[in-house]
Amino acid sequence: MAISVFETVGRVEREAISAFGRFCIFCRSAFVWLVLGSTDRRNWRLLTPQMYEVGNQSLFVILITGLFIGLVLAVQAYGQLQSLGLEERLGVLVNLSVVQELGPVLAAVMLAGRVGGALVAELGTMNVTEQIDALRSMGSDPIRYLVVPRFIACLLMTPLLTLFSDLTGAIGGWLITVQMYGVASEPYWYFTAEAVEPWSMWTGFIKSLFFGGVIALISCYKGFTCRPGAEGVGRACTEAFVASLISILVLDFFLGLLLQSIYKAVWGFTPLL
Amino acid sequence: MSVPTNHHPIIEFRGVSKRFGSLVVLDRMDLRILPGQTTVIIGESGSGKSVMLKHTLCLLRPDEGEVYFEGARIDCLSEINLVPIRKNFGFLFQLGALFDSMTAAENIAFPLEEHGGFTPEEIQNVVTGKLRMVGLDGVQKKRPAELSGGQRKRVALARAIALSPKVVLYDEPTTGLDPVRADVINELIIKLKKELGVTGLVVTHDMASVFRVADRVLMLYQGRFRFDGTVDQVRCSSDPVVKRFVEGHASDEDLLSLQTGVSQ
Repeated sequence: MAISVFETVGRVEREAISAFGRFCIFCRSAFVWLVLGSTDRRNWRLLTPQMYEVGNQSLFVILITGLFIGLVLAVQAYGQLQSLGLEERLGVLVNLSVVQELGPVLAAVMLAGRVGGALVAELGTMNVTEQIDALRSMGSDPIRYLVVPRFIACLLMTPLLTLFSDLTGAIGGWLITVQMYGVASEPYWYFTAEAVEPWSMWTGFIKSLFFGGVIALISCYKGFTCRPGAEGVGRACTEAFVASLISILVLDFFLGLLLQSIYKAVWGFTPLL
Repeated sequence: MSVPTNHHPIIEFRGVSKRFGSLVVLDRMDLRILPGQTTVIIGESGSGKSVMLKHTLCLLRPDEGEVYFEGARIDCLSEINLVPIRKNFGFLFQLGALFDSMTAAENIAFPLEEHGGFTPEEIQNVVTGKLRMVGLDGVQKKRPAELSGGQRKRVALARAIALSPKVVLYDEPTTGLDPVRADVINELIIKLKKELGVTGLVVTHDMASVFRVADRVLMLYQGRFRFDGTVDQVRCSSDPVVKRFVEGHASDEDLLSLQTGVSQ
């Protein structure tokens, strides 16, 4: 009994480590082709439709996400800050949260669902209908042709979309605080400008760059390795979303720690309120 | 009529084995494909015919054994080094495997654009020429979803021969087609051999197709070749496994499964 438990644990562990190893090999191939293919003009032509798909097609959902983050944050925090007489500093809390944490994370979560799901479904269907094998049989590398353009598109578009999410988040916070609760506009923006530094923006951008890359790599890998049939593609979509979500949250924590320690080392600690 | 074996093979398998988990699909299999012939591999569904076919251009790699093309070992080459080898092959996949996002013309132009060295006019001419060869000139702008099953297979065949390969691999080329459309594909296989001199390797369980196109027939059974001979020899084989397959009779085990309701 005890031996079979150990056996099962060992087998599951070995499979998990093998799967992670295969994912690492897949990522290495993507990076190798990213470098090798960068000089070939044909590869750059593949990038435009992917940037349109990831960027333009996701813009609306990202704008809505950002707006509602700003609205909800302002509604939740207003009561507490007003009781302390600090309602004019509401913009500090809302905008800093949006720019550094919630904007990048929630935009990435939405992209993991919208873009990641579409990538797994597209590549998974290509895999089960032997289109990926067809690419290889014609002497074309599917990682160069399919993965690298999608990876670059996610890498470039996620920070850009996060910028739009930050913008609508700031508008949402302003709408609730200034327009709905009647807090004076000038001190609201004054305190916001004091707290939200270029470093805060950079923190958000660096995070979203990593989030975009990780969404693309996980989704493409799951599409490439999905099992045959509609169930296989569906399962791969779910697995890719869960893996992307967990990776986003884990990366957010460690990047947050790293970037904060860099800030403290360079500029020291600054109290916000 | 016996099959000549004194020529140098264009494709050769030496002791190739392939397993998926505990399932042994190919078991120390040897094979020599001679140039200019159409060789047909028959076998039951799930006997490993498609797996074997994918080993010929290293879409799958053997667990053991060696694969050779024109005398050079290829199973140990990297994907990048396989590119020039794969230019010698055309692969007609079972479901066509046309790219959904491209038109018929873009699909056929794809291998030419990928390998480079062709002007847009040359690509245009090749696309028209190959489509004319499969009798489908005029469908250039149609997407795969707008084509019938038989048309998709023919466009896929046009794409497979776009680079004028030495070897064309056909994975169940007539499966899913009505007898008339299936015969069109058979005619095309014969035409490609006659007009372009291509070596054909066909995987199928359609015996009508075997009798039409084969110069040599091999039967894959339990990971190895059970039969190797000509069409006439396969017709009058006394081997019960080969005979049952050619005549299309269920085995005693299959009949027992139907009676007991339990998989044997």
